[in-house]
Amino acid sequence: MSTRASAASVAHAGAGSDLLLQMDDVVQYFTVRGRGFFAKKHTVHAVDGVTLSVERGETLGIVGESGCGKSTLARIAVGLLKPTSGSVAYEGVDMWEKSSSDVARRQLQMVFQDPTGSLNPRLTIRESVAEPLRARGIRDVDDKVHESLDLVALKVEFADRLPHQLSGGQQQRACIARALIAEPELVVHDESVSALDVSLQAQVLNLLRDLQEKLALTYLFISHDLAVVQAISRRIAVMYLGQIVELAPSAEFRARPLHPYSIALRSAVPVPDPKVERQRARIILRGDVPSPLDPPPACRFHTRCPAVEDVCRTEEPQLIQYRDGHWARCHFAGGFDKVMRPVGVADPGIQGYGS
Amino acid sequence: MSQTDPILRVRDLSTRFYADFGVIDAVDGVSFDVYPGETLGIVGESGSGKSVTALSILRLVPPPGRVVSGTAELDGQNLFDLDAEGMRRVRGATMSTVFQNPMTSLNPALRIGWQLDEAFLAHDRGTKAEARDTTIDALHAVGISDAVQRAESYPHEYSGGMRQRIVIAMGMINNPQLLIADEPTTALDVTIQAQVMELMVGLIEEHDMALILITHNMGVVANMCGRVLVMYAGEIVEEALIDDLFEDPRHPYTWALLRSLPSIEDVDKRLPAIEGFPPDMADKPAGCRFAERCPFAEEVCANHPPLAEVGEQRKSRCWVAQRGEHFADRDVSLLRGEVLE
Repeated sequence: MSTRASAASVAHAGAGSDLLLQMDDVVQYFTVRGRGFFAKKHTVHAVDGVTLSVERGETLGIVGESGCGKSTLARIAVGLLKPTSGSVAYEGVDMWEKSSSDVARRQLQMVFQDPTGSLNPRLTIRESVAEPLRARGIRDVDDKVHESLDLVALKVEFADRLPHQLSGGQQQRACIARALIAEPELVVHDESVSALDVSLQAQVLNLLRDLQEKLALTYLFISHDLAVVQAISRRIAVMYLGQIVELAPSAEFRARPLHPYSIALRSAVPVPDPKVERQRARIILRGDVPSPLDPPPACRFHTRCPAVEDVCRTEEPQLIQYRDGHWARCHFAGGFDKVMRPVGVADPGIQGYGS
Repeated sequence: MSQTDPILRVRDLSTRFYADFGVIDAVDGVSFDVYPGETLGIVGESGSGKSVTALSILRLVPPPGRVVSGTAELDGQNLFDLDAEGMRRVRGATMSTVFQNPMTSLNPALRIGWQLDEAFLAHDRGTKAEARDTTIDALHAVGISDAVQRAESYPHEYSGGMRQRIVIAMGMINNPQLLIADEPTTALDVTIQAQVMELMVGLIEEHDMALILITHNMGVVANMCGRVLVMYAGEIVEEALIDDLFEDPRHPYTWALLRSLPSIEDVDKRLPAIEGFPPDMADKPAGCRFAERCPFAEEVCANHPPLAEVGEQRKSRCWVAQRGEHFADRDVSLLRGEVLE
């Protein structure tokens, strides 16, 4: 496993890029106790061997369904969780080495899904936004607060209001302002636009783009919504039951998804066009996502995979690079056109590898 | 469609919330029909009044809200004339519901089978044994295998997708003529959503019932609905058959909404976006409620437009559309998506 991980990091670094965050074979287990005094302890394999690097200035999107470990990975990325094993390095320095941790964490900020839940209802917007500076002992914060609110296009008069006096979209922009006031390099978004209405979602996504350009920010953007992730990301990682099953540049991922889960995920998204919806054959995965308490052996997707073969039940596939920067964890990556795409059915949204 | 009588006829429905900071017209003069066998979508964003419309018809509006005017005739019977007992007979029998969060629709302390039996027995449809038979059939119909054993499980022993299937089974157990589903797939993962959409479409066809599908997801609408109402700020702003709506939206809000959706066919792209925010419902504009955010707004929009016919089986609440304008080919760069306060 370790050889694979280091091979991956070499390949990533080899792209001649400027690495900001490097996660190497990160594993996060949680122990949960069953009910009753003598109940057995169980281990949740929340994140299980993730190797991922984030380049300076890029947006890396992580997409997956509930329980796939994407939020746990976000918390590991900003140093809120110390992984069970594996390393997290920020600008080449291990985040969990004592001397470096504070410095690294100052460069990191996080924006969460629910703005109402992440703003203290009894603090004014000014106080909430100023919090990261106060935490560093900076007292004179008013100018910075105004500057930060200005960045997210919130009028200064909002500064002295309480969260409940703002709409959901305005609250989320206040949360973004709070993240930006600390002048971070990397902002981790955990479903940061998912709670917003469609018309506001587009506004906030555009705002994030503008801010990225203006402030040279790097984003790790986590969401369950593939269309949203694609709209903002330069590269996309797909997670399933704690593992990355596919990693690719967005355009490449859109044109040639390699992993059957990615293909099924794309196929499951309902397209806002009734003609397309009537014509296409949707790949409907049977069954539920297995519990991360007891992930299936070998390939974790084999219980739901429409293209499953015997080897998938016995041998664990590795994350392998198939094209430049395009990685997939499947014994038959891209080689299952016939299974994944019913013959004779036009489906412009899905193209298998090599077609 | 016009030969048959509607199963549900809603006229001039208004529902207000009397909050301490003012009166909110959550639903403001809404009229529509639902025909047997059709799936009618109601789309809109939070606060547009789509859920309150459903709750009003079900007579489940929570205080401080109240239906202040209008009628809702189910099979010719005005629901607002019924007493509590009469309404109890209708709910779950002729007219049934599926809500967004299955966990709030199920009692966590009771076995699934018991809860489904109760839905059957509450309407005096037969004996306990018959109830259990119907329950097992209903669980089979929503794709739950070994239903006899699974009926003895508690809600927490099911996954989210399975729980929503059970709520759907419960909603359909008395073979209702009308099912009202409020965001039935929103809490589900996308691969599970696909399963549940497929299931609902199949069941609706099989039982020839009418469905009101309330959602904010235009993809779900495109997949499931035959006809659509678009709501904005408490009003219906557009009514159209599904293809017409997506091909040739006749209200600027619908047009802008469709253009601002991120697509899985696009990558790394700036999105067209609607400017500003929906109006404050305690202090709404006197004229067109969308005018402030509308790229096509004119002087006339300072007057409140009626919902008027703009073609066969379609209506729009827009002065510009009523004059004959179409928006489908208009330049999306009109949607700059600047943030206005």
